Amino acid sequence: MSEPAETSVSAAPAPAGPAASEAPSSTAGSTGGRHGRRARARVLPPRRATAYTAAAGGLLLLALPFYLDRFWLQAGLLAMAAAIGAIGLNLLTGATGQLSLGHSFFLAVGAYGYCVLAGGRDGELTGLGLPGWLAVTGAVALAGLAGGLFSPIAGRLRGAYLGIATLALVFIGQHVLLNAHDLTGGYNGRPVPPLSLFGLTFDDTETVVAAVPFQSMEKLWYAGLVLLAVCAFFAHGVLRDRPGRALNAIRDHRIAAGVMGVPVARQRAGVFVLSSMYAGLAGVLLALVFQQTVPEYFGIVLALEYLAMIVIGGLGSVSGAVTGAVFVTLLPQILTRYSEALPLVSAPGTGGVAPGEMSRYLYGAAIVAIVLFLPGGLVRLAARRGHTQKDEA
Amino acid sequence: MTTFVELLLSGLSIGSVYALIALGFVIIFKATEVVNFAHASLLLAGGYLTAVLRDDIGFWAALLVGVAGAAAVGALVEFLVIRRYRGHDHSVLAIVTIGVDIVLVTELTRQIGARVLPMGDPWGDEVLTLGAVSIPQTRVAAFVTATLIIGAFLLAFRFTSWGVAMRAVAEHPETAALMGIRLGRVSSSAWAVAGGLATVAALFLTVFPTPGLERGTSLVALKAFPAAILGGLDSTTGALAGGLIIGVTQSMAAGYQSDLTFLGRGIGDLAPYLVMLLVLLVRPAGLFGTRELSRV
Repeated sequence: MSEPAETSVSAAPAPAGPAASEAPSSTAGSTGGRHGRRARARVLPPRRATAYTAAAGGLLLLALPFYLDRFWLQAGLLAMAAAIGAIGLNLLTGATGQLSLGHSFFLAVGAYGYCVLAGGRDGELTGLGLPGWLAVTGAVALAGLAGGLFSPIAGRLRGAYLGIATLALVFIGQHVLLNAHDLTGGYNGRPVPPLSLFGLTFDDTETVVAAVPFQSMEKLWYAGLVLLAVCAFFAHGVLRDRPGRALNAIRDHRIAAGVMGVPVARQRAGVFVLSSMYAGLAGVLLALVFQQTVPEYFGIVLALEYLAMIVIGGLGSVSGAVTGAVFVTLLPQILTRYSEALPLVSAPGTGGVAPGEMSRYLYGAAIVAIVLFLPGGLVRLAARRGHTQKDEA
Repeated sequence: MTTFVELLLSGLSIGSVYALIALGFVIIFKATEVVNFAHASLLLAGGYLTAVLRDDIGFWAALLVGVAGAAAVGALVEFLVIRRYRGHDHSVLAIVTIGVDIVLVTELTRQIGARVLPMGDPWGDEVLTLGAVSIPQTRVAAFVTATLIIGAFLLAFRFTSWGVAMRAVAEHPETAALMGIRLGRVSSSAWAVAGGLATVAALFLTVFPTPGLERGTSLVALKAFPAAILGGLDSTTGALAGGLIIGVTQSMAAGYQSDLTFLGRGIGDLAPYLVMLLVLLVRPAGLFGTRELSRV
């Protein structure tokens, strides 16, 4: 008699949401209804294991510049920059449900803003020659300002209207980048002044650390790690706390959120600005890695890539954004590096499927497959795998 | 004055082509509430089929195959992807169509490569001269064809059972289903029709004075997005008006570029988006779109 009652207790939370229901119901199925309750308690990940994994991962990331060559360091730095930008987009599109196709515009504002603020006057190029930290802060603030200036339009629109309105930003950005020669250098772009912070310059002058020559990529690697960690921590706090709840409420039901006392317009404008600032910082880091900014890079393809990142990784979470950014950024690099060893992929220009094209097939298909078969993205897959393993143990 | 008339006519003509694309976009949105970012790839698919086949089977047959092919691709996307989505968030579905678009456009641009594929249309580069005004024949053909097709669709929406079913679904899907309308059939037919319309648009986007179909053609199709948004996503009249406004704006901005140098070069490509932003500032649901009313 007691068995059905207990099963119903364990099954009770199931209708709360498709995301929450999956793990408990599967454990209840595998361990039997009688232990359903205890199994559900075990599903919660032990904090200590997570902390150990994080510490080991962090140490590994810190040690990598001593072992990897420049190619992989650059790829890793691009992934870090993309991760910062993707976290910003995930705050906006994933957590708040505001579709943005204009993320590459704000990346461009950050990248070029840094160049203009930090660069010296060079020929026809304007530059203010500000110190590094001021230039980075200024570039991020500029990107935020650009987001704020767009908010009269963004505040009125929703869904597809907002998506296509932000698409306009990309085209406006391209137009300005190609035409404002004294600021942007036109079609060929402008060189990026190396960052110097407190006497340390992130350029190619060699500093030997533990018998490993440290050039720009090695030094930037640590700067990137610090920036990413701070950004991830901050976004995590935003999402987990009061503002995150408000943003999710706006995504799920705008009117209900308003009725509950969420200042919808202010929160939406705020998250738009915050997301733009994340993009701006990502743009600064990208510029520092590339050492030359070109307008062509900041086009619509880049904006679509960022959307691909957050969908593939998982909408609405920091870890999802980081996972997706690593996936989408490293995929073409890996395919390029190992194009000879891989089937179906051939070197660019030989007539076969080039690595860049292959990676676009893969992440395009990944978007479709993940939304259809794995709502929640790769992060959810990892979480689910973790749960089933613990059940078997 | 002559320049002005020429630019106006050319703008109306290219605008009617944008209206064709925007109409397909709106039809899909009405039937399935999906914003179809894969529209550019449908256009490229139809155009590519037409351009490749015209040497073997002649222009008209190739155009027919192109229309049918793009319609099939549209219906297939609907069947394989859109119908499989079980969630309720339509903006996530819009991102899915971006994924579809990435795959299709990558494949098609790989096939096209660096080639420029001429369409082999019967109009060639002949120019029609009326008094002092001269305009390419292709532009006239585009305007006439687009007007006929759009007119036929507006009539079909009103009078055929397919049109009534479509409008009923747009109004209220559940009720429509209860009345015996098959939602799946309506939505796949919407995608097929949009594919066909996009192919006709592809034809007129790539004939004289444009050299032919190339990998950048899908970018041209992006200008139909502002056209659809500007008119209102759920309004067929809006698609028509939006297309014409965008076409004339672009034509004027490009034509008087020398007087607009303070805005920078290539302002013609940007003008559609600027006009769209201005309209959205005043009317957030577009010119003819229904304002969303929410009852609490």
